[in-house]
Amino acid sequence: MATVDLKNIRKIYPGGFEAVKKVNLAIRDGALCVLVGPSGCGKSTLLRMIAGLESITEGEIAIDGRMVNELGPAERDIAMVFQNYALYPHMSVYDNMAYGLRNRRMPKPEIDKRVREVAATLELDHLLTRRPRELSGGQRQRVAMGRAIVRNPKLFLFDEPLSNLDAKLRGQMRVEIKNLQRSLGVTSVYVTHDQLEAMTLADVLVVMNAGNVEQIGAPLDIYEKPATLFVASFIGAPPMNLLPLRHGEGRAALADGTEIGGSGLSLSGEATTLGIRPENLFLVTNNDEIGGNAIFEIVIRAIEPVGAESFIYGDVGKTRLVVRVAGKTAMEPGAKIHVGAKVADLHVFDDAGIRI
Amino acid sequence: MTPRAIFPNKFLPYLLLAPQLAITAIFFYWPASQALYQSMLREDPFGLSTQFVGLANFRHVLNDPNYLHSFQVTIVFSVATALLAMVPALFLAVMADKVVRGRGIYRTLLIWPYAIAPAIAGMLWLFLFNPSIGSIAVMLRSLGVYWDPLLNGPQAVILVVAAAAWKQISYNFLFFVAGLQAIPKSLVEAAAIDGAGETKRFWTIIFPLLAPTTFFLLVINTVYAFFDTFGIIHAVTGGGPGKATETLVYKVYNDGFVNLLLGESAAQSVILMVIVVALTAVQFRYVERRVHYG
Ligand SMILES: Nc1ncnc2c1ncn2[C@@H]1O[C@H](COP(=O)(O)OP(=O)(O)OP(=O)(O)O)[C@@H](O)[C@H]1O
Ligand SMILES: [Mg+2]
Repeated sequence: MATVDLKNIRKIYPGGFEAVKKVNLAIRDGALCVLVGPSGCGKSTLLRMIAGLESITEGEIAIDGRMVNELGPAERDIAMVFQNYALYPHMSVYDNMAYGLRNRRMPKPEIDKRVREVAATLELDHLLTRRPRELSGGQRQRVAMGRAIVRNPKLFLFDEPLSNLDAKLRGQMRVEIKNLQRSLGVTSVYVTHDQLEAMTLADVLVVMNAGNVEQIGAPLDIYEKPATLFVASFIGAPPMNLLPLRHGEGRAALADGTEIGGSGLSLSGEATTLGIRPENLFLVTNNDEIGGNAIFEIVIRAIEPVGAESFIYGDVGKTRLVVRVAGKTAMEPGAKIHVGAKVADLHVFDDAGIRI
Repeated sequence: MTPRAIFPNKFLPYLLLAPQLAITAIFFYWPASQALYQSMLREDPFGLSTQFVGLANFRHVLNDPNYLHSFQVTIVFSVATALLAMVPALFLAVMADKVVRGRGIYRTLLIWPYAIAPAIAGMLWLFLFNPSIGSIAVMLRSLGVYWDPLLNGPQAVILVVAAAAWKQISYNFLFFVAGLQAIPKSLVEAAAIDGAGETKRFWTIIFPLLAPTTFFLLVINTVYAFFDTFGIIHAVTGGGPGKATETLVYKVYNDGFVNLLLGESAAQSVILMVIVVALTAVQFRYVERRVHYG
């Protein structure tokens, strides 16, 4: 168990590419910290720097209050689960799990006890003599987890451990990882580009973009109050509707001149983008609902029923808008409807993409 | 499996194969059958008459202490050459794998010796180690080593082994580099996190995963040492001093073309043929089952 502190971490690859730019992050003891961001934003690079697999160009990394910049991966007392699992193909499941313990010269009976215990919790007991290539993808994933757990390290590092599994298994493993992490209480850093995984797993969510940290916080806080336009568009599925606003004073209107109906909406002059989550939009049926709401007139273009909910795709002026409604809907493409959102549910961003 | 092309014409496939078949027939099956035939004949010393003797030549050859000595020489020579060709190659490949900048240059330079013809490689070593004019021989002598491969059997063996292995190092290097590249980097990283130091990682992860490459090269190098080193031996020692470096292949040449014992020489080459067929079979079987790690 340990805390992790990153101070002004920078990574410039030998080619001159700056993959991570000044990252500051403090992870408290026992927390599951999820790094999320689009492909190529530097998540793996950051994780590998914590692991000691990549050199640190600038800044300091401390694990449990101790600076580890100069320590090799073995001395940092961490365990890592790789995306491709990186199981040793020529060793049995048992040996894969025992390898790290043998290297640390643990007595044999103790190794045996630990491996069997962990194998039992992960339901791997009957697979101990198999080679990795004789396992299914899900089983390999478990072995990779087992290899990390059996070491009982200070820190778990996960680099997209579930991305090679099918959707159903991924859901199961997500829950399992969360439970394991909780019960073991080991501080963990988990990299993913799947925002559903990020939202459900994280105690602390770190949203990254192009080498920068955009926002750090509890998942729901980030969801409800995205600090930047990037976070707003990245977190949430389907993504938040982002409507460009008209500059200048007067009644609130979109960039293409479409006026925003309703009352109670007052925008500052710096506001350039209006964000509304699809589920915060509702169908306006009578004029009573105008107070305290922003109202848009949309033309329906398509309807996507998904079972428990339906998504209505429409145009407000020239901008595409998605509305989520519960259950099914009887509406048809081509129809004109009014949708509204509470003013309190609106997100407003300035020119630089910062939340106002 | 790749889809097979079906020829509607029955003769076209044979016509297309004909050149290759003709070459194989003329340069392999014909001489091989001649050797087989020849191996069962005995000629009188003047070459005036031949006599069918069945397996007598084989019996004679296999009971000949000179032949058994040559067998021993070949085994020692092959094992030493294979080892000396593979160990430094593996070492160089591991080192070259670590180089980040200028990888290509290192590799190219290390591959060059392979392009040198065996006889020329032999001459090169001969000159370097010639007791009277060789620069390395002079150095050895100034170090107090009494260096004379022309008279000293073990020294002659060392010299041909070194010359034969030197050329093969490049070839092995190439395969080891490819083998190392095929090992996923994350495995080595996982082992590093698991607390294995560099040497330990090599012996517990990299070396076992290189096993298919190593085995393949072991067969290739043995075949090379058995059959492809005639040029080097001929240039460096001519099988001498005495019979210290007379390998099986060299003995076939000596007995057949120098001593003109045609029947016995043919019998020896038939035995060699059996050995090479066996080695090739092992290699094919293994190459087919080659393990791919991913
Ligand atoms: N060894 C390297 N040398 C140079 N540039 C690299 C190297 N490794 C990664 N990069 C670059 O650094 C950036 C960040 O890479 P990184 O692997 O951290 O991305 P990521 O966020 O993990 O993406 P993904 O979700 O696709 O795994 C990328 O633009 C990548 O091209
Ligand atoms: Mg990555």
